[in-house]
Amino acid sequence: MKINNYVKVSSVKEAYSILEGSSKATIIAGGAWLRLTPAEIDEAVDLSGLGLDSIDVNDGFVEIGSMATLRQVEKSDIVKSLCNGIVCDAAEKIMGVTVRNIATIGGTISGKYGFSDLITPLMVLDTELEFHERGRVSLVEFMDETAKIRDILLKIRIPMKEGRGWFETIKITAIDFPILNAAVTRIDGKTKIAVGSRPYKAVLAEMAMAYVDTCGKHDADCAERAAMTAIAEIKFGSNSRGSANYRKQLCEALVKRGLREVMS
Amino acid sequence: MKIKLKVNGENKVFDVKADEYLLDTLRKNNYVSVRRGCDNTSCGVCTVLINGNPAASCSYLSCKADGKEITTVEGIPEEAAKIAGFFGREGADQCGFCNPSMALTVYAMKKELVNPTDDDIRSYLVGNLCRCSGYQGQHRAIKAYLEVE
Amino acid sequence: MMKYVNYERPSIDGKGLMMGKPGYTDDLAEQNSLIVKVLRSPHAFARIKSIDKSKAEALEGVELVLTHEDFKRIPVTRAGQGYPEPSPHDKFVLDNYVRHVGDEVAAVAARDKETAEKALELLVVDYEVLEPVLDFEKAYENEVIIHDEPEIHEMFPIGFEPKKNVAASYLMHIGDVEKSLKECDTVTETTFYTQAQAHVMMEPHTVNARIDYQGRLVLYSSTQTPFHTRRIVAQALEYPMSKIRVIKPRVGGGFGGKQCVHGEMLVSAVTLRTGKPSKMVYTRQEVFESTFSRHPMRFDIKLGAMKDGTLKAIDVEVLSDTGAYGEHALTVFMVAGSKVFPLYNKVDSVRFGGKVVYTNRTPAGAFRGYGAIQGNYALESAVDILCDKLKVDPVEFRQKNMIREGETSPIFEIMGEGTEGIAMTMETCKLDYCVKRGMELIDWKNKYPRKDMGNGKVRGVGMAIAMQGSGIPYIDMGSALIKLNDDGFFNLLVGATDIGQGSDTILAQIAAESLRVHPDEIVVYSSDSDLTPFDVGAYASSTTYVSGNAVKRAADRMKQMIIEEGALALKVPVEGTDFDGMTISHGDKSISLKDLSNRLYYNEDQKQLVAVDSYVGTKSPPPFMAGFAEVEVDTETGHVELIDYAAVVDCGTTISPNLAKGQVEGGLVQGIGMTLYEDVVYSKTGKMITNSMMTYRIPTRKEIRSLKVEFADSYETSGPYGAKSVGEIGIDSPPAAITNAIFNAVGVRIKSLPVTGEKILTGIQKSRQKGEKQ
Repeated sequence: MKINNYVKVSSVKEAYSILEGSSKATIIAGGAWLRLTPAEIDEAVDLSGLGLDSIDVNDGFVEIGSMATLRQVEKSDIVKSLCNGIVCDAAEKIMGVTVRNIATIGGTISGKYGFSDLITPLMVLDTELEFHERGRVSLVEFMDETAKIRDILLKIRIPMKEGRGWFETIKITAIDFPILNAAVTRIDGKTKIAVGSRPYKAVLAEMAMAYVDTCGKHDADCAERAAMTAIAEIKFGSNSRGSANYRKQLCEALVKRGLREVMS
Repeated sequence: MKIKLKVNGENKVFDVKADEYLLDTLRKNNYVSVRRGCDNTSCGVCTVLINGNPAASCSYLSCKADGKEITTVEGIPEEAAKIAGFFGREGADQCGFCNPSMALTVYAMKKELVNPTDDDIRSYLVGNLCRCSGYQGQHRAIKAYLEVE
Repeated sequence: MMKYVNYERPSIDGKGLMMGKPGYTDDLAEQNSLIVKVLRSPHAFARIKSIDKSKAEALEGVELVLTHEDFKRIPVTRAGQGYPEPSPHDKFVLDNYVRHVGDEVAAVAARDKETAEKALELLVVDYEVLEPVLDFEKAYENEVIIHDEPEIHEMFPIGFEPKKNVAASYLMHIGDVEKSLKECDTVTETTFYTQAQAHVMMEPHTVNARIDYQGRLVLYSSTQTPFHTRRIVAQALEYPMSKIRVIKPRVGGGFGGKQCVHGEMLVSAVTLRTGKPSKMVYTRQEVFESTFSRHPMRFDIKLGAMKDGTLKAIDVEVLSDTGAYGEHALTVFMVAGSKVFPLYNKVDSVRFGGKVVYTNRTPAGAFRGYGAIQGNYALESAVDILCDKLKVDPVEFRQKNMIREGETSPIFEIMGEGTEGIAMTMETCKLDYCVKRGMELIDWKNKYPRKDMGNGKVRGVGMAIAMQGSGIPYIDMGSALIKLNDDGFFNLLVGATDIGQGSDTILAQIAAESLRVHPDEIVVYSSDSDLTPFDVGAYASSTTYVSGNAVKRAADRMKQMIIEEGALALKVPVEGTDFDGMTISHGDKSISLKDLSNRLYYNEDQKQLVAVDSYVGTKSPPPFMAGFAEVEVDTETGHVELIDYAAVVDCGTTISPNLAKGQVEGGLVQGIGMTLYEDVVYSKTGKMITNSMMTYRIPTRKEIRSLKVEFADSYETSGPYGAKSVGEIGIDSPPAAITNAIFNAVGVRIKSLPVTGEKILTGIQKSRQKGEKQ
């Protein structure tokens, strides 16, 4: 990794004009894993100092500034109040405090990292993202896109709704990347299931979700069938942490567990 | 570019490159207690406090630190000596390479958490790896330090 | 009554190091050192056709570029293990062949890191890429020969056959194995695999060099073997040993990984050629790819027993993978037998043999446990398989068959390290106590074999016994020099190498015990080839026993000198004169040590008191232990959690109980890591995938929730104040104890390490399918 210029901007507008001006300009967020990317960066744009690190409630949404650190997210009582605190639960399982004090939620989401523990629970909470230029877009839609982002993520917005949530991540050691993670929520009678670190980026198990909502009885059999549906619709891959086949088995186990938890 | 840091209470100006990391800036300027272990946020031996929060200096751009307060273990000599006393009693010092980072993280934890449980302690320090001690002696030492302090 | 031995004392360097005092190799480099960087091979096996270094040399700030053409072809071994070494001399400082990804191609010395890295990019290398040998089971007599160079050789017969890709081979037998297996009621035959493990000491390999005011080459190195390093550098560069000084500062962990030379040869070459100071700090990637790891092994093991649970025969064939170079190839292989199979000394016959083969992988080297951990996993797993088949209790089986105090094993006499061994009787062996106490600590009676916790989770307990050694008899030598100063305090100079295990601290305690003075009165300085007496270094669990005995002898000698000088000063006969640590007295006449010292240096009968002595073991009393694991297996995910581990150790007297406990706890966790988390993984082309700490996982404090470590009451009279050694024994038992616990929990036998959730889940499903069919 090589950086030619470091720019601490004084406004989002300034940051955006730098991005527009050069294809080799990048927002650096926390920068914790910047050195792992081989790219050469012309302008590294630092957004700290723009007040983008607050966590507030606004208009029925919890709004997390994109520059909030993972540690801030994990410790936030507001975020903890959402669906059994699954976002905090996921955040606190990411590496150590010394990293979570650097890495930001915006950086995590923009990276669309397959190994992310944080994106998976956010996907089952109807999370939306607010960009400077593009405005609002749902996280699920954003994750589905492949185009490179040339915009500035400002806020992560989570609707404040009552519901049950469950998250689990399977790791070899506590600070490792997951072999697989899964999050399940049940909000307003609707079920959502997301599976991440497949090792590809997180996805919703749409067919399994639909199946659960049509189940007459939310019992063990329903969970079992939903899990089978999920492993049939989701694609898994192999890496040094586990094979595609093992991930499939984990997915089945986790989806079952998650459903049992949120349906009970 | 030039950055201003307050290191251990002293105002400093350093000339750094855009892609220089805080670990390199500090070591170059003789803060040798800040150590290089893995260079990718995985081990914790490069920990410093940035505005009081423990952070991996190997992966924190020096430019980003501009205007911030940095504490290395040289900045908390009394606390480090106390913590060392507890580590010593439990045979937990061993090679010592990671110990300045342990002292800083334990010190920050003491300020941040009230009456941490065993699990809280493990969670807070999970990113500070140690290959020598097997962690048990450290855990006993940290608990004893928190009880006394 | 012992005063300063078996005495809790913080390590002498712990406080200063925690407070951030400079002490490690890189802290002590000259500020203006040239930065040495190495161009490393991207290929697993290749011939270097040419290297064009002109562009790199022309870059401003580049002082020197070194390739194989700059060195005379002198084969050496990087293994620091005595002389002549039982490792083949198969490595050149730089060679025209590269034999693993990460092998050295060329070195650059430049004014700063950025320039050095840029220069590496400017080197133009033309490779002839060769077909590598990556599978160690296909290495023997492969058509691809990894070491075909004519200069390489063994120092004495070790079964070195490079044309067959064999670095070393070995075979021994006691009794007639074939015959006794035939006579047995039950025979089990199992194949086990152990993986490569990386040391992951926190301080990367680091070295710096300078020429001092006398024109001598001075190296600071993070090494476990400063004296071997001096010898190997001298050999490799044909430079007089008398003009080399090796200083070992504080070392940030070694575990065997710094028992081989690393950057010392290259920085020496740079500094000798430029006259300028230079330094090399390995990147973490270089530590993984370009130093050493644990030898992976395959064990084909047969055990034969009678219905009543008497073990009769052990037959083992081992294949070991030494990677691209043969450091420690034979000796690690032999320890897999010699420090494992004497555990069951009542057998009629033992056969142990096999080969150590070359492959195009990162070389294997010394690593705590040194073969014993691999062998222990195979043997102690096989014993549980046998017990399951015989339907006998695994603890009772061990109690019936294991070695006991006062007994011996013929293996001790036959197998040494690279040579024949030494017959010895177990003067101390508290295995019986260790097993009994371990059962209590883990609550074996209530927990064996399993307990269903509900929610798909099952807990199980398992155990293993283990042994190690205390140095290598008639080979490992340590020495110590004690100097009395005016005012009555002492300097203790030792070659013994403190790498974080606390040897400086415990050696001072041993000296203090002999002299009856407080350990604070003993100032320790260790491991400087100019200033301290010889010691082989920190390896083979030798420091407490071998170097400790040397210190004790030197201190006893010093005590006698003090008594003699005191008698002279008091004008009394030596006989009847005593020294209690403070005062030399005879009847009602006395003189304080302080007054005597001042007299000796300033007033009368002036002379310097110096006592020096050395020690080489005539035997290697093994420390023993029993390890008990409790695991919880999630039968839906295959995930294993270690609930508890109890270890009871017989290492003789613990010189410092807190440091000894730290050694056992640290060893256990490395053994647990090898069992459950750690694996060196390569791509299909031989590139290491796990070459960073993000991809290679060592245990964190969340995995290690409870360790219960205790020591047996034991006194080894041949050791200093009853001590044996304790550096390695902790690592040996976890692989077998944990996999035995997993078997007891869910019936899945793990035959290749590490344990993974995937292996367990597959095993559970297989046994379910089997059950359904029946």
